[in-house]
Amino acid sequence: MSPAVILLLVWMLVPLGMTLYFSFLRYNLLMPGMEEWTGFFNYRYFLTDPAFGEALTNTLLLVGGVLLISVGGGLFLALLLDQPFFGQSIVRLLVVAPFFVMPTVSALVWKNMLMHPVNGLFAWIARTFGLQPIDWLASAPLLSIIFIVAWGWLPFATLILLTALQSLDEEQREAAEMDGAGVFSRLIYIVIPHLARAITVVILIETIFLLSVFAEILVTTSGGPGNASTNITYLIYTQALLQFDVGGASAGGIIAVILANIVAIFLIRMIGKNLEA
Amino acid sequence: MGSISLKNVKKEFSGHAVIPNLDLEIGDGEFVVFVGPSGCGKSTLLRLIAGLEDVSGGTISIDGVDVTGEAPAKRGLSMVFQSYALYPHMSVRGNIAFPLKMAGMDKETIKRKVEDAAQVLNLTDYLDRKPRQLSGGQRQRVAIGRAIVREPKAFLFDEPLSNLDAALRVNMRLEISELHQQLRTTMIYVTHDQVEAMTMADRIVVLNGGRIEQVGSPLELYRNPANLFVAGFIGSPRMNLIDGAPAKEHGAATVGIRPEHINLSPDSGEWKGTVGIAEHLGSDTFIYIRAEGIGQLTARANGEIGLKHGDTIYLTPDAGKLHRFSEEGAAL
Ligand SMILES: Nc1ncnc2c1ncn2[C@@H]1O[C@H](COP(=O)(O)OP(=O)(O)O)[C@@H](O)[C@H]1O
Ligand SMILES: [Mg+2]
Repeated sequence: MSPAVILLLVWMLVPLGMTLYFSFLRYNLLMPGMEEWTGFFNYRYFLTDPAFGEALTNTLLLVGGVLLISVGGGLFLALLLDQPFFGQSIVRLLVVAPFFVMPTVSALVWKNMLMHPVNGLFAWIARTFGLQPIDWLASAPLLSIIFIVAWGWLPFATLILLTALQSLDEEQREAAEMDGAGVFSRLIYIVIPHLARAITVVILIETIFLLSVFAEILVTTSGGPGNASTNITYLIYTQALLQFDVGGASAGGIIAVILANIVAIFLIRMIGKNLEA
Repeated sequence: MGSISLKNVKKEFSGHAVIPNLDLEIGDGEFVVFVGPSGCGKSTLLRLIAGLEDVSGGTISIDGVDVTGEAPAKRGLSMVFQSYALYPHMSVRGNIAFPLKMAGMDKETIKRKVEDAAQVLNLTDYLDRKPRQLSGGQRQRVAIGRAIVREPKAFLFDEPLSNLDAALRVNMRLEISELHQQLRTTMIYVTHDQVEAMTMADRIVVLNGGRIEQVGSPLELYRNPANLFVAGFIGSPRMNLIDGAPAKEHGAATVGIRPEHINLSPDSGEWKGTVGIAEHLGSDTFIYIRAEGIGQLTARANGEIGLKHGDTIYLTPDAGKLHRFSEEGAAL
C-alpha cells in the first residue's frame, strides 16, 4: 500500500476506532479517572432517550424538507435562468451568492433580520398588512431551520441543474416541439429525464451534508424549544459538551454513522440506477 | 396534400440578413432538395418552413393556408434532424410513439402504427432498445420512423446523412428515395452534397448566400446552368471554367466545359496541354492537364486510355456542350 493510502486509513480509522472505543466506556468529563467498561449501556441509554426518537424524526424531516425545497426550487430557478433575458449574467451571479455565505452568518441574518418577531423583515411585512407577526423560530422552529438551510443549498442545486440543462441538445427540444409537445410535456418527457442524473447527484451530495446540519441550529434555536429542532448531530453535541458524557456521545456518533449508511444504501437503491452510463 | 409556398420570405439574425428575399413554390408530392455551400442559409430556410424560426418578413403557406404565425406542431410537418435528435431515455418504441402520444391517440392505435412503421423501416427487432444501443443507420431510421407515424403533409430533412459513413450513406439515400416513392408525400431535403441532390431530387433549389441561384430538375441544372455559380456547383468533377483570351474567342467573358465534354487527341485540337496526373478509376479516367495559356483543366476519358505524366495532348471542347457566361456570370 502506498503511503497516501496508509495516511488516509489512519486519518479515518483512528478517530473512528477511538469513538468506537469510547462508546463502550462510562466516560464523563466531570468524573475524570473513573472510566470503566460498560458494554452496550451507552447505546441503550442513547437509543431509549425520548429525545432520540424526536431527534431522528427531526433529522429526517430536515433532510427531506431541504431536499424538497432545494431540488424543486433549484429546478424552477434553473429553468428560469436558462431563458434568455436582459441582465442574465448579473442575475446568475446573484443567485449563486448564498453559496458563499457561511452557515453561521446566514443563520444569524435570518434570525435577527428576517425572522425576528420585532425587528425582522417578515414581521414588518405582516404588520404592513395588519397581521400579527409570527415568531418563526419559536412557533415553527424546525420549519424555520429548514428554510434557512434550504436557502443555503438552493444555489448549489440551481447551479448543477442549470449546467445540466444547458447540455440538453437544442435539436431534441425542437424535435419534441415539432412532435407536438407543449411546454409542460417537454418538461415532463424531455427535460426532467435529461436532468435525472444531475438531480441524483444533488440529492446524494446534499443528503451527506444535511445529515450533519449543526451551525444553523446552534445559532438560532439551540435545538429548542424543548427538543423541537434538535437533530441527531445536535443531540450528540448536547450529550458531549453540555452534559460532558463522552461515552454517550460516542455511542450517539456511532449510531449516527450507522444511520447515515442506512440512508445512503436506501438512496443508492432508489435512485442510484440514474448514475449508470 | 402538401404544397408549400414561400412569398417574399426574409430572415435576419440581429440585423444581418441571412435570407434577403425569397420566393418558392413546392408542389404536392415533390421531392425538393435545397443544395448550396455551408452557411448559405439552407437550414435556416428549412427551419422557417418548419416554424422553428420566425420569419422577419413575408408569408409561408401550406396547402394554401397561411401558416406564417403558426406553431411548429400546428403546421403538420415532420422533421428529421442532422443529429437525429432521438430522445435518449426512451426506447425506440417510445421515440416513435412520442408524436402520437402527444396527439392524444389511444394506446391500441399507437401500438399498431408504431409496429407498422417499424415494419417498413426494418426496426421490428429493435423496438425495445435505447437509441444508444443502435448503429448510426438504425438511429437514422428511428428518426425517420418518428417522422412518418404522424402522417405529415411534408417531411423536412436537414442533412440527415452527414453523420453516416460513405457506404451507409448510399444505402440510406436509396431508402429515403424508396420511401418517397412509397408514400408520395412532399419531401424537402437539405444537403451541401450535390451528388445527393442530383441523385434524389425531382427538383433542385440551388442556394447561395440566402438567394436562389436556380431551380430545376437535376438534368436541367446539369445541361443549362443559369450562371457561373450553378455551373461550378453542380456536376462532378467540377466544370472547367476558363476566362481571358480563350473565352473571348467564343464571345464570352467566361466559358465552361464539363470534363466529360472534352475530346482528347494526341496530335491536333483547339487547346494544347501536358498531362499532369491521371486518375484511373477503372470505368473512367480523370486526367488533370496543364493547358497553355489557360491553366489547369480536368478531362474525363474512358478507362482504358493510355496516357502518362508529361505527355503532350490536344483538347477540343464539344461545341454543343460549351457554356458561355457574361461578365456578371449569367449564362448567355
Ligand atoms: N440562430 C442564429 N443566430 C445568428 N446567426 C445564425 C443563426 N442561425 C444561423 N445563422 C447564420 O445564418 C447563416 C446561414 O446558416 P445556416 O442556415 O445554418 O446555413 P447552412 O445550413 O446552409 O449551412 C450562417 O451565416 C449562420 O451563421
Ligand atoms: Mg445546415
